[in-house]
Amino acid sequence: MTAAVLEPVDGAGTRDRVLDLAQRYGVYAALVVLIAVATAMNSDFMSVSNWRVQLFQVAPTVLVALGMALVIGTEGVDLSVGATIALAASIIPLYIGYGPAPAIVLALLLGAAAGLVGGAMVAFAGVQPIVATLSLMIGLRGLAELMNGAAAKPVEDPSILDLGEHGIAGVPVMAWIALAATGAVAYTVRRTTFGRQLVAIGDNKRASLLAGLPVRRVLVTVYVLSGILAALAGVLIVGHGAEADPANQGLNMELSAITAVVVGGTPLSGGRVRVLGTVAGAMFMQLASAVLIQHNVPTSTTQIVEAVLICLAVYVSRERGTR
Amino acid sequence: MPTRPDETDPSVPPEAGAPTGAPAALEAREVVKSFGGVHALRGADLLVRPGEVHALMGENGAGKSTLIKLLTGVYRPDDGVIALHGTERAFRTPLEAQAAGISTIYQEVNLVPMMSVARNLFLGREPRRRGLVDVRAMNRMSGEILERYGVRVDVTAPVHTLGLGARQMVALARAVRLDAKVVIMDEPTSSLEPREVQTLFGVIRTLREQGASVVFVSHRLDELYEICDRVTVLRDGRTVHTGAMAELPRTELVALMLGRALLAAHDGRVTAFAPDKAQRQAAPDDEALGELLPAARRKWGRGKDRDRQAGGPGGPGGPALSISGLTDRHRLRGVSLDVEPGEVVGLGGLLGAGRSETAQAVIGARPATGAVKVGGKEIRRRSPQAAVRAGIAMLAEDRKADGVIPGLSVRENIVLAALPRLSRAGIVSTARQDRIVEFFMTRLRIKASSPAQLVQDLSGGNQQKVLLARWMCLNPRVLLLDEPTRGIDVGAKAEVQTIIDQLAAEGIGVLLISSELDELIEGSDRVVVLHTGSVAARLDGDEVTAPNLMRALAGEGSDSGAEAGLEAGSEAGLEFLEPPQTAEEGAS
Amino acid sequence: MSVRTPETMAPVPAPQPRSGSEGRAETQRERWIRRAERRGPLVVLVAVCAVATIASPSDASWSDVSTILGNNAFVWLLALGMTFVITTGGIDLSVGSLYALGGVLAARGATSSPWLAIVLPLVVCAAWGAVQGLLVAYGGMAPFIVTLAGLLGARGLLQALTNQGSTTYLVPAGSWFRHLGEGTWVPVGIVAVLFAIGWVLMERTGYGATLTAIGGNQDSAVLLGLPVARAKVLVYLLSGTLAGAAGALGGARLGSGVTTIGVGYELTAIAAVVIGGTLLTGGYGTIGGTVCGVLLLAVIHHLIDRYLSQYGSAMTDAVNGAFLAVVVLAQALLERSRRR
Repeated sequence: MTAAVLEPVDGAGTRDRVLDLAQRYGVYAALVVLIAVATAMNSDFMSVSNWRVQLFQVAPTVLVALGMALVIGTEGVDLSVGATIALAASIIPLYIGYGPAPAIVLALLLGAAAGLVGGAMVAFAGVQPIVATLSLMIGLRGLAELMNGAAAKPVEDPSILDLGEHGIAGVPVMAWIALAATGAVAYTVRRTTFGRQLVAIGDNKRASLLAGLPVRRVLVTVYVLSGILAALAGVLIVGHGAEADPANQGLNMELSAITAVVVGGTPLSGGRVRVLGTVAGAMFMQLASAVLIQHNVPTSTTQIVEAVLICLAVYVSRERGTR
Repeated sequence: MPTRPDETDPSVPPEAGAPTGAPAALEAREVVKSFGGVHALRGADLLVRPGEVHALMGENGAGKSTLIKLLTGVYRPDDGVIALHGTERAFRTPLEAQAAGISTIYQEVNLVPMMSVARNLFLGREPRRRGLVDVRAMNRMSGEILERYGVRVDVTAPVHTLGLGARQMVALARAVRLDAKVVIMDEPTSSLEPREVQTLFGVIRTLREQGASVVFVSHRLDELYEICDRVTVLRDGRTVHTGAMAELPRTELVALMLGRALLAAHDGRVTAFAPDKAQRQAAPDDEALGELLPAARRKWGRGKDRDRQAGGPGGPGGPALSISGLTDRHRLRGVSLDVEPGEVVGLGGLLGAGRSETAQAVIGARPATGAVKVGGKEIRRRSPQAAVRAGIAMLAEDRKADGVIPGLSVRENIVLAALPRLSRAGIVSTARQDRIVEFFMTRLRIKASSPAQLVQDLSGGNQQKVLLARWMCLNPRVLLLDEPTRGIDVGAKAEVQTIIDQLAAEGIGVLLISSELDELIEGSDRVVVLHTGSVAARLDGDEVTAPNLMRALAGEGSDSGAEAGLEAGSEAGLEFLEPPQTAEEGAS
Repeated sequence: MSVRTPETMAPVPAPQPRSGSEGRAETQRERWIRRAERRGPLVVLVAVCAVATIASPSDASWSDVSTILGNNAFVWLLALGMTFVITTGGIDLSVGSLYALGGVLAARGATSSPWLAIVLPLVVCAAWGAVQGLLVAYGGMAPFIVTLAGLLGARGLLQALTNQGSTTYLVPAGSWFRHLGEGTWVPVGIVAVLFAIGWVLMERTGYGATLTAIGGNQDSAVLLGLPVARAKVLVYLLSGTLAGAAGALGGARLGSGVTTIGVGYELTAIAAVVIGGTLLTGGYGTIGGTVCGVLLLAVIHHLIDRYLSQYGSAMTDAVNGAFLAVVVLAQALLERSRRR
């Protein structure tokens, strides 16, 4: 009967406060500890060549995870990112004849289109994000393979290979791109109208609606951005591998992205986007598996460790109290 | 039809229930319950005798719902005793209370929407045959049971396909079947048609004959007087009256709930509202706000421009807000009213009358037919976005669910609706944002450790002020306030009331929804009273007095759905309600 | 019970009258829409089959049907378990990995004894499911993430058991365990029986009603004293067990424990369940609908294999994706128009 009058308030106990700190900064602490331990065990870990390898591997994941973080911030999820990578990959060989720039732009546009479809299903039709993006996940990869053929196609365009292989000042171009994207997304979330509205909508959709926020527009945009970032990651992957292989590229990328976002401290329930945390989360998962591999730990253990880490991260970021 | 105090239903023995020697069916003695410093109950008493229908009354915040939750095991009391059949009991869970024989029917029907009627009825107690649920028997028995409740539906259909009245009956049937000794009904008739209400009463009478007791919580005075034997009234967490229903005149009942002493002249004011319109003052820093929001200023003027329009009907463009014929599927039946710029129109009515629904329909959060005009211009396709653009702002009743964005800061919550106006090319201007936030935090005296503090950590009063600031940022023409001072401490209440005065003085048209009589009387220039979804009374200026309001709220002197002018003191048996001195009225 | 059980967490608030709650009885139009929603999957299935038969009457044959049924039957068990989980408003992403794990464990067990081939996968996968259920029900963690972790963890376990995928256990040729997976009618029979039991569980037991109540109105279920937490743990246990059983039977059919199998199976299971009409948000589950869903996907797969085989599995994916998108869109739009 009376809604807002009396709310049994849980006092924030010490345990809650510790968990809160763990959620915010845990991933950074874990990252630092991991690097320290890894270097202690193998001094080559901090070598430039090792770091280059790691950056090459993690950059695409960071891009996709950034988009995923935005989507999760609205209490949604985007399972189609892996398929979008495949789609972008398949487009490159088809249109490379017009030059690298048009091909890349087209790939990004396709990514945006994929996001537009998913976003429209969620925002306008009210389809659950998981199912809407699931349908895209299944369909787009098939579409990509149809366009490309089953076999991987080699890509030889120098500009695209540059993107995937070269470095500037010793750091891979991919990593610079990922860095720029991180900056852009962080700025968007913190300083733009769109970003603040996104966070508000994820936190309390009804209140945001009543406050006159353009909820549907924001939701669609978020999926479009995720699609573009995934497509960009696809282009980079193609450049790095010098081939377009929609059957295999981007496989399981959505899992890696979601893992990075969750480990990085962004809650699945929306309302909060930790951009730097997401990047740290991606780095942490990448380095963790690299360390395990370097020490000849079997992949099985790696996977189990990943699973445990995810559970830990989620446990820490669960909603506490009566909120 | 209202029951006169001197008439009694001959079928009901004068004092229903067992003689005082027998133990009470259900009793609460001096029960105390607080939540984080807020006292919900400060010593409430309730005594329900076996075989009696007992009304439990009180306005929101009086502690009714808390008391019920204590009786049904949802909460445990901090102090005081709860006893069932004379034995002290401490229920730790709702299940325990249920097992002990206390059955509850909630207002919001507690059924599983997509499950069939029959399944819902037997949920947890399905009839079995050879270990499996016997669906045929379940369906058959459901049909029979519901037939007794006057409900004839397809019991295999999912429950959400039923009208709310039928759903209520199903929930009732489910609860009553538990061989309960005490059945607590929380607003059971709020969605029932008169015929269904009579069926419900039949069930209640049967329960009474069987020696069970019914605790009946409702705002519908007609019904209470028809079916209840005794009544307990709560106010501010205490029991202020217990006695036979028939011995308590309606208006006295309303007065007890709302805390108005009938006979004493109440010339001291209870709220912080200015004594009259002319004495309202705009905030001194009004001009500064205009500079902070230059875009808004161009739209419909502030300050001096407003003053010209303030207080006068039909300024350029017509009333600030004009509602006509607002009707929705379930609750509203042709609500019409106007709010002039600078005017405060109170919207009164008991729970369920349709006040919040009216506000929601105006901003487009609730589909409804009818017209809404702002400054003479109609809003064609209503939606919250369109409302904001047209200059309407609504402070929702449930600030937790519909207002506050809990995880965001004070600053963010304040600027939320105005973000597009504070940004250039999509980028928020922190400087402008900070200036506005500082302005409002000072003006509204929002107590927070800093603008960056999370709004969920603020007290209720400060949260409410944050929400007010959010709307004020939009520089609206019309402000719909739904229970703006509910659940906040006395000091914040006064501050909010002063702010409302200031806003009106600045030329904003205010629709004030309040359950507190004092706020309606002292804060409004006019009052519109709703009753079951339509306007029951319009009180203007001098007519806005406690007695008139209470009569309108009680539903007297008017037929539902018709507007009524009220003639003071014309009903028999109500002479003691005449305003004590005409001089006093003239002065108010 | 630990302190964090749903029943003892924050006190159950008296349900608030939410604005916009529908109060009126169903109109005729709404009744038609609701019927369409419920019968939809079956209608579409019949239509697709009809189209298929009409399109090539000469080709359509009994062998086609048995091919469809035989090859896929065990995987459908994943959708069966998924139906129960989704009915409670949850989800189980781990079933694909558990399927593979089940197959490997069965093959491993078969080398010792046929009974072990049955028992080992069931026990391990049941335990895995139970742990996930405990985390969801008592740990308050989101099913999506818990079962996502389960997906990874189970595959890790799988790798560990098979020396990182290098060991493939073979089911001994003479073992009667193999017979469980051979041919068409034994697998189909087993699956049909399990689906029938599943139907009974959902529609004719208190447990099924409890699951529906949890998904439809958990507060109500708690207030009625239904064993909500326990039911949740059991549902994940059930899903895990069925996945393990499915994998074991699949292993019997293949004759070995294939380690790379099962990837993405959970998503197909979800698709089948959703197409069948079970609500992803919980509160309504239909086993019959899931049957339609799995059959639909299987028939479409088969048709594409038949007529579009030159495009390979890519076409299957593309069509499946488009089909799923159309179905969920139709469901969402129907639901929206029903509410207007």
